[in-house]
Amino acid sequence: MAKINLNINGKTKEVDVDPNTPILWVLRDHLDLVGTKYGCGIAQCGACTVIMDGNAIRSCSTPVSSAEGAKITTIEGLSENGDHPVQKAWMEHDVPQCGYCQAGQVMSAVALLESNPNPSEEDIDNAMNGNICRCGTYLRIKKAIKTAANS
Amino acid sequence: MNNRQHIPFINKAINKDRSTLFKPSRREFLKLGSLATGGLLIGINLKCSGPSKDTETFAPNVYLSIGKDNTVTIVAHRSEMGTGIRTTLPMVLADELGADWKNVKIEQAVGDEEKYGDQNTDGSYSIRMFYDPMRKAGATARHMLLKAASKQWDVKVEECETKDGAVIHSSSGNQATFGELVEEASKLDLPSEGEIKFKPFAEYKLIGKDIPIYDLKAIVMGKATFGADVSLPDMLVAVIGRSPVVGASIKGFDKSKAMEIPGVKEVLQIDGSEGVAPGLDKPLPGVAVLATNTWAAIKGRDALEIDWDLGENQQFDSDGQLTEMLESTRGEGKTRRERGNFAPVNLMQGNSLDKTYLAPFYAHGTIEPPAAIANYADGKLELWAPTQHPQWAREAAATALDLPIENVKVNVTLLGGGFGRKSKPDFVVEAALLSKAMGKPVRVQWTREDDLHHDFYHSHSAQRIQASLDGSGKIYSWNHHTVFPAIGATSNPDELHPSDGEMGLGALDFPYDIPHIRLESHESKAHTRIGWLRSVSNIHHAFAICCMLDEMAEKRGIDPIAQVLELLGDDQTLSFEEEVSGDFGNYGEPYDKFPWETGRMKNVVRKVAEASGWQNAKREGKYIGFAAHKSFLTYVACTVTVEKDSKGNLIIPEVHYAVDCGIAVNTDRVRSQFEGGAQFALSLATSAITFKDGKVQENNFSEYKIIRMPQAPKKTHVHIIESQEKPTGVGEPPVPPFIPALCNALYQMTGKRIYELPIKV
Ligand code: FES
Ligand code: FES
Repeated sequence: MAKINLNINGKTKEVDVDPNTPILWVLRDHLDLVGTKYGCGIAQCGACTVIMDGNAIRSCSTPVSSAEGAKITTIEGLSENGDHPVQKAWMEHDVPQCGYCQAGQVMSAVALLESNPNPSEEDIDNAMNGNICRCGTYLRIKKAIKTAANS
Repeated sequence: MNNRQHIPFINKAINKDRSTLFKPSRREFLKLGSLATGGLLIGINLKCSGPSKDTETFAPNVYLSIGKDNTVTIVAHRSEMGTGIRTTLPMVLADELGADWKNVKIEQAVGDEEKYGDQNTDGSYSIRMFYDPMRKAGATARHMLLKAASKQWDVKVEECETKDGAVIHSSSGNQATFGELVEEASKLDLPSEGEIKFKPFAEYKLIGKDIPIYDLKAIVMGKATFGADVSLPDMLVAVIGRSPVVGASIKGFDKSKAMEIPGVKEVLQIDGSEGVAPGLDKPLPGVAVLATNTWAAIKGRDALEIDWDLGENQQFDSDGQLTEMLESTRGEGKTRRERGNFAPVNLMQGNSLDKTYLAPFYAHGTIEPPAAIANYADGKLELWAPTQHPQWAREAAATALDLPIENVKVNVTLLGGGFGRKSKPDFVVEAALLSKAMGKPVRVQWTREDDLHHDFYHSHSAQRIQASLDGSGKIYSWNHHTVFPAIGATSNPDELHPSDGEMGLGALDFPYDIPHIRLESHESKAHTRIGWLRSVSNIHHAFAICCMLDEMAEKRGIDPIAQVLELLGDDQTLSFEEEVSGDFGNYGEPYDKFPWETGRMKNVVRKVAEASGWQNAKREGKYIGFAAHKSFLTYVACTVTVEKDSKGNLIIPEVHYAVDCGIAVNTDRVRSQFEGGAQFALSLATSAITFKDGKVQENNFSEYKIIRMPQAPKKTHVHIIESQEKPTGVGEPPVPPFIPALCNALYQMTGKRIYELPIKV
């Protein structure tokens, strides 16, 4: 067990956990931030995607010890009212089906657009390749990313 | 081991045969009451068969209430797993009522058969079964509001109408909101059956339109509640080591290493199911590690040492069984349908083809693995779960804990995908048993590995089709053999043939006008848990039938679409009764209400041909494949085009679907089911679950591949036939025709026919 200071969604939090605990479980079990989802635990599905220092990371496979001093944004920290341009584009295109993968999809898209405001088709494919949607909403995700890029 | 570590599992069979689940018969009862706050309350009871004499004792079943604040609250009694049903059914009611959709609140029902009838969200029948009852509830409430207003204004009821949450009388200019009228309305008698009238279709403002899902904003904000998101004070998290082979039992286990992990509080054995037919509702035998957090529980489970007696299924090898099943199709099977005369001489006549088709096991791979929360205290059990079938979960948990059913409450969260997996209550029962044993709230969390290793799999299958031509080149005979371990075998090891229900999914209902037809099934055993997965045996039946038809068309030198139109014959209602040996099924619907109409199928076939530019596509050098398949009473035709990119990867530039699902209630959700269905089917076409030594070989999404964005079809066009026919479901029907359409397109590209799934690309 170790005390670790985290900066999550602009707030500082201290947790006392096994430093090897993946960020995902710290968010979900210790900080009650359950918008970030578990899907595979081995960086295969992207359901757990959060943004750490500007990069989309798979929180299920990143130990919390590596987050000390870093800035983490989760789906809950994206906007107060759901009006982040990516969230708005997601709603405009009615992207979600079951919705479970969508927090991860949104976070990957936000990270992509922050580093590449005008992504090509291929850039989108590459950036989103790590996010599985079992319901099959990929086409709408792509459209929503393009809409958000243009807004 | 002390008593507390040993959880007895009470083995009371709950008979939930899939075929009975396909038979929703209905009885509706309107109920009326008033809200404590003075609003209007209307309910309908939908009993799934059973005696009607105890109607007086039914608790008022709230489907709809209207408050003085104008809020219309509608209960969603079906589970939301991505189809949009939680939005679409309430939307039907709201539209009939004339409510302002912005003021509609949706509440999720708990699992309660007495109140809600069948809540098993399955079989693509929610819309089919509840479209009219929801309209009826809306029309009833509307009538009462209109009556209240007409009394107040002293005008005729017929002159009043509802609009955007208000009643208006246009000639006098009178207007009152629902909230202003509910008090008066709640004093009125319920209208008689004859007084309840539906609006003309043209007056609907929501039905037939693109309506966003109710939970859209909550989902994109990460605020929607799924199974594992529920948290209770003092809750423990359980991760379970389950029998690696179905039928295995626990000889003993060493928990010492698990107990050393900080956060681990207890290790408990779950006896679970016994034997090689483990049932559809029981947990597998396992050892649960209970910890204060998920990570500790996962680590603890990994540290467990369990000594298994693996039992007879440790010999099971899926490839070996496939070979055996294939072999069995060489002999004579059990005849399930027969038309004409199959004397051997007929088969010899003219040209013939004899082809076999193999398809593997599939796991559901819902993106949210099973999870459930249980809180047992003082003889009462409360559960939270992403379940498709809250009543079954309730019954199974009550049985397992030997509680009266009234003492069990099941709250339904959103489901991160269901596809049939989350109909089964095994994971909910695990949580219930552990909570009782610990005297604390417990969340059972399945890992992805748990999910892929311990699913209720879609059966692997072998099929053989022999078809011959007559002297004039028409198809003369069609002999279809099918063999796959039956769902029923999961509960009863003596079930060696697929049930009528399973045969009715794309095999018995083969619609084509061929003089000699025989359908045979062959014996096979289940060595794992078999369940139903999105469109069930339609998956493999459509694969074999639609690929074989394509090959026959080629042999005949005619276009596959022209052939299907020819084989459907004149516009007519088909009759199967005299040819099938068992129950035709018809997805539980009376045949006269939902018959097989060739005209509707021809219509979607022509539509997809036209929209996809079928005639020109081949001339333009496109590799395009076609298939048509009706399932769950919805008519679907599909084309798929394929290409290879410069790196040799398979690209799907375009998919076209034409669909006749009767009235398309929420058009956007119809389209989204088809867009997603194509992608789901593409994953099925390219992945598999395999068994060696009785164990599943695929551990995670690294091995059981789900398609990703770059592999998804670039465009999926969904052409919805405008129709006033009774609405039918769309959750499952997109899946079956996609795989053969893809295979037929690949044949165009490679010159190689595909007889075995997964496709190797
Ligand atoms: S849960 Fe982290 S990538 Fe799947
Ligand atoms: S919306 Fe269900 S997995 Fe993506």
